[in-house]
Amino acid sequence: MALSQLLSSSSRSGNRLKSLSSAISLRHPISTDTTPITVETSVPFTSHQCEVPSRTVQTNAKELLTFFRDMALMRRMEIAADSLYKAKLIRGFCHLYDGQEAVAVGMEAAITKKDSIITAYRDHCTFIARGGTLLEVFAELMGRQAGCSRGKGGSMHFYKKDSNFYGGHGIVGAQVPLGCGLAFAQKYCKDEAVTFALYGDGAANQGQLFEALNISALWDLPAILVCENNHYGMGTAEWRAAKSPAYYKRGDYVPGLKVDGMDVLAVKQACTFAKEHALKNGPIILEMDTYRYHGHSMSDPGSTYRTRDEITGVRQERDPVERIRKLILSHDLATEKELKDTEKEVRKEVDDAIAQAKENPVPDSSELFTNVYAKGLGVESFGADRKEVRATLP
Amino acid sequence: MAAIFQGVGAAATLSSSPSNSFDSNNSFLSPPRSFSVGKGASFSVIRSGGILNLNSKGRRAQQLISNAVATKADSAAVSSSSKPGHELLLFEALQEGLEEEMDRDLRVCVMGEDVGHYGGSYKVTKGLAKKFGDLRVLDTPIAENSFTGMGIGAAMTGLRPVVEGMNMGFLLLAFNQISNNCGMLHYTSGGQFTIPIVIRGPGGVGRQLGAEHSQRLESYFQSIPGIQMVACSTPYNAKGLMKAAIRSENPVILFEHVLLYNLKERIPDEDYICNLEEAEMVRPGEHVTILTYSRMRYHVMQAAKTLVNKGYDPEVIDIRSLKPFDLYTIGNSVKKTHRVLIVEECMRTGGIGASLTAAITENFNDYLDAPIMCLSSQDVPTPYAGTLEEVTVVQPAQIVTAVEQLCR
Repeated sequence: MALSQLLSSSSRSGNRLKSLSSAISLRHPISTDTTPITVETSVPFTSHQCEVPSRTVQTNAKELLTFFRDMALMRRMEIAADSLYKAKLIRGFCHLYDGQEAVAVGMEAAITKKDSIITAYRDHCTFIARGGTLLEVFAELMGRQAGCSRGKGGSMHFYKKDSNFYGGHGIVGAQVPLGCGLAFAQKYCKDEAVTFALYGDGAANQGQLFEALNISALWDLPAILVCENNHYGMGTAEWRAAKSPAYYKRGDYVPGLKVDGMDVLAVKQACTFAKEHALKNGPIILEMDTYRYHGHSMSDPGSTYRTRDEITGVRQERDPVERIRKLILSHDLATEKELKDTEKEVRKEVDDAIAQAKENPVPDSSELFTNVYAKGLGVESFGADRKEVRATLP
Repeated sequence: MAAIFQGVGAAATLSSSPSNSFDSNNSFLSPPRSFSVGKGASFSVIRSGGILNLNSKGRRAQQLISNAVATKADSAAVSSSSKPGHELLLFEALQEGLEEEMDRDLRVCVMGEDVGHYGGSYKVTKGLAKKFGDLRVLDTPIAENSFTGMGIGAAMTGLRPVVEGMNMGFLLLAFNQISNNCGMLHYTSGGQFTIPIVIRGPGGVGRQLGAEHSQRLESYFQSIPGIQMVACSTPYNAKGLMKAAIRSENPVILFEHVLLYNLKERIPDEDYICNLEEAEMVRPGEHVTILTYSRMRYHVMQAAKTLVNKGYDPEVIDIRSLKPFDLYTIGNSVKKTHRVLIVEECMRTGGIGASLTAAITENFNDYLDAPIMCLSSQDVPTPYAGTLEEVTVVQPAQIVTAVEQLCR
């Protein structure tokens, strides 16, 4: 991950820790310690029609600190986006992911860039996890040229082709058939890779999901459908929208796994398990039990359909960043101050990216007509090979 | 080598048009008969075959694409000097095109209902499953929304799926995928993804198939930015357009017609492609430009016989490219004849004819001597009863009357 390189380059703790020469001490330099640490996930997994992965997860200091940094970065980025939206620099729709960072980070830790991810409109953090830069995010949100889609997509249309991140889709549920299509292409080309198609608890009631799941199961496609269940489909609670809110069981003949989506290690374990499963046996459904602190989007206060107590309760008990912080501190992998320093660094990075994005120019007017068709149509008439036959239309 | 230009085998074929003689081998500067000199500037045009065509004095040379059309016209009889090709039916031509492209490029795959083991409900994919296997010719369950979506997802990674709608009308269920994902992904991703998908299927009014199976979806899809639409009408252009559509980097919707699948024609043996954005000159003429596509071409040609007997000389153009319109060919024709009649099978409201009328009026208003007439189907669901269904679509007699009215 790009972020881990940033971590190792900016680590200042290495110097300080050299003075501790004890071999038994766990206080190794943050960026290089890979001694395995065993942690148990917060809750056991529940499964439907498949065996349950182990509750014990192997990890190490480097990984945990990377997790912490990545999630802190995402958290900061989303909060900064919140302020930018209120300052009217971001317009339209802005769906924030804070609270759900563990899903993006944990999933990324379990897979490679050859595996594909496709998600819906809450895609800022998934884009970062896949290797996108903060500048691309903020520039796209503000509609500038340096944005990942050249300013023409917006918040709901982040894509990164070279790391197999397929977006970024505004219509609820429409990305799941696309995801199964990606899995089909992987099977067709014998890629030995899998596709993670993410959707929400609201989209779980879409018919096209079941259609796509049926086809994926029939054709044995390496598709992993991940339901990010944050318990609210915009303003409608899941018990009011779904007769059966056990989304991991909805696949019927397709196995499913329910995961605590606020525990990044559990997410990582589940995704590793799912990838292995999908490559051998076809589709599997993962339900990530997660929560979003913000409303559905910036135009939704998020408090009309749930109590503030509920939100603060989840923040106190299940917050993914806090959980990792506690884990790091309890295993003595870094001091409180070091973590705070990381957070300050991250904050500065975000602020710098915003400043840079603000300087970036808006797209040229000619950009309106680029990328409508591949190789530009409507002005010149091309032959089938788009090489020779041309006529300039009057 | 692929011969990229149209009419390669049949270029020497003369149409039944009375006054034109045409030498296909040399330059296309055949002296025009009675051209009305338009206001145009001279411009160079690289036409099909890469032959540079310089126009001076504002005369526009006409490229005669008088390939053998399987109409009631006797054009087939004069194809003696053309290369001996092979005769086949339109659905076989589509199949040939599809098979050749699948042979040529491993990334091409077909998905649709009953396309595999059954051979296709209109036999367009017959034999392909046996030849290419189940992973390249995929039988899908009846789930248009999702398998169209899957085709688009696969196209995003670089595969080239050909999605078949058993009847075009069923693709209404996939409208979201076609409009939002297929058409717009290239734009919203800032050019990162291309969607080289082909969506094809039969549409149009058939023989008493009922309202829901007689739909003309070209009018619904025409506004979607980012897609191309073509309509085939002869075995020659069916094969050519199928191949061009598969090779195109853009999403292409290929409209076939239920009633045209059994048309027979002789097509060249060698590899050829038809230009996706070009219209086809079916019958050059002087008095009026008749623009049409798909099945209505044959109604128009039938009316043309009557019109010729009555002394009119209609110019018939099969527009083929429904999005974008080939305003170049159409414009040249308008500048020559100054009268336009559009004959289409879409409904009157919001159909292809309506858009074409607007496009011609915007661009060529000064050249028109009379308002554009547009004959379309009635704005009703297609009835089952045969007599009523006949009246729903445009009949040759109405075309004759319209031309007479226009040329008054």
